[in-house]
Amino acid sequence: MNTDKLNFVIPAKTKMLSFAFMAVGLVSIICMFMFDKQPDDHHYHSTRAWANIFAGAFFFMAIGLGAAFFLGLQYAAESGWATTIKRLIEAVSWYLPVGLSFMLAVFILGQLQVHHLYPWMTPGIATEGDPNYDAVIAGKIGYFGVFWWIRTILYIVAWIMFTWKLRKNSLEADALGEEEAKGYHWKNIKLSAWFMVVFAVSSSTSAWDWVMSIDTHWFSTLFGWYIFSGMWVSAMIVLTIMIVWLKKLGYLEFVTESTLHDVGKWMFAISFLWTYLYFSQFMLIWYSDIPEEVVYFQTRWESYKALMWTVFFVNFAFPMIMLMSRDSKRNYFFLMFVGTIIFIGHYLDVIMIVMPGTVGHHWTGLGWMELGTFLFFLGVFMYVVLTNLSKRPLLVKNHPFLEESKHHSY
Amino acid sequence: MATKQIIHGIYNDEVPLLEGCKKLRESGIRIADVFTPFPVHGIDPIVGVPRTRIAICSFIYGITGMSLATLMMWYMMIHDWPVDIGGKPNWAYYFNIPAFIPITFESTVLCAAHGMAITYFLRCWLVPGARPKNPDPRTTDDKFMIYLELNDEQSKKADEILRSTGAEEINYKGTITIEPKY
Repeated sequence: MNTDKLNFVIPAKTKMLSFAFMAVGLVSIICMFMFDKQPDDHHYHSTRAWANIFAGAFFFMAIGLGAAFFLGLQYAAESGWATTIKRLIEAVSWYLPVGLSFMLAVFILGQLQVHHLYPWMTPGIATEGDPNYDAVIAGKIGYFGVFWWIRTILYIVAWIMFTWKLRKNSLEADALGEEEAKGYHWKNIKLSAWFMVVFAVSSSTSAWDWVMSIDTHWFSTLFGWYIFSGMWVSAMIVLTIMIVWLKKLGYLEFVTESTLHDVGKWMFAISFLWTYLYFSQFMLIWYSDIPEEVVYFQTRWESYKALMWTVFFVNFAFPMIMLMSRDSKRNYFFLMFVGTIIFIGHYLDVIMIVMPGTVGHHWTGLGWMELGTFLFFLGVFMYVVLTNLSKRPLLVKNHPFLEESKHHSY
Repeated sequence: MATKQIIHGIYNDEVPLLEGCKKLRESGIRIADVFTPFPVHGIDPIVGVPRTRIAICSFIYGITGMSLATLMMWYMMIHDWPVDIGGKPNWAYYFNIPAFIPITFESTVLCAAHGMAITYFLRCWLVPGARPKNPDPRTTDDKFMIYLELNDEQSKKADEILRSTGAEEINYKGTITIEPKY
């Protein structure tokens, strides 16, 4: 095998592109804070700008988290087919520290009252007689405040520790002989089993804490899975696009067509999981017709109707029709094309989750602010992930399922 | 009318079996069937099995299930006796469509899955009381078999290929007479 094709070098053009995205994004983020004003509403402090930053930070952090979960899933299930793309999954998952730093920055600035994305962070919201007093939030305040911060720190530490350890073991096993490496593999299986248990709880609760608490009055127990399915499908899209792109550059000759087909299947299947959860949440609320639940969809129905339908059709009907046939999941162009569109679809989904609870009726439709913020975070994501990828060989050594994965075909 | 020789080429592993299949096909011999104790991945194109059409059947059954469910629910819940669903307007099907989606989905899956399974059983004639078609029971345990129906000239060639690729046994199981179709 050609050894220099085992070490990925970022093409200069791609590096330039990621810097260009970051530059354009940074300019539009600065402009966003200058232009995002609502003079007749004194509660509005560049809310749309902050909401956009939150959406971008969250969406790309979630991709890293989705990849970390998928990495753990492959170990815990002791699956063989994904061994040849393990280094790709590891590279995407290690966006987590960067993504979580962005998230933490947003949280700290919120606590310092720089922005008002989280209503429960407002001082005096739980004190009776205060002008900011809110009876509903006062009833839930025990769950927020210090307890919320403890949980947030726990999620961040746990996720980073697990991902870091999985990646570290995988690299250390490369340097060893085949027999000693098995011990590292066994370690990773045990670690992943624990990670799956931790993730099962923390993925739901973190979605409630970080995303659902924007609409503090409203609640939905299914919300965590809805967010989780969105992050999982986004991670699968990123993996698909990366495999196709790297194959076009001449790397990854050991990844079989069937492996790519399987990643395409995941993209297809998890699109349905997302639809299932999106629709289940909607239908149960529509059916029961309880005012405090319906209010969530009322805002969306009134001011975000176009976005709501776009998200639904782009993320459900489009992949269903385009990826149903076997041939389309083996076609480079198709996977790239469909992947890019549903990737944007899932970003719009995050926009639709974040905006109504923050910007509300000030929403004027998608614009350059959304595009600019998206580009900034996309640039950072590209740069970080590709740098991670270039630091390690593209193929793991000594993995017990490596041969099986190289011959994966059906 | 043509008389054909039945040949059983028996191997003890999948790798020489695949090798034998490849060689046979390259020399233009049609493989009638292959029997293995477990599914061998990637064998279909090597043996020359045409691509399955069950996906098309599945699609048709799914559409049928979807239509049947829609018709049933429209008749029961809207047309014959309009049912009050959470106090919502119910004089047209689309007003209450979220409530009908789960049943439409379930019915689609039910019809597609059962339709596919039944089609498969009928097509392979795996019905109650059907005669077992496996010509050598050892292929359900640890042997791999290529099943050939060939004329004399091809039989000689096939015999050589089977021997050279490491077949353990080559059993001649008599002849069959194939009537021309038209």
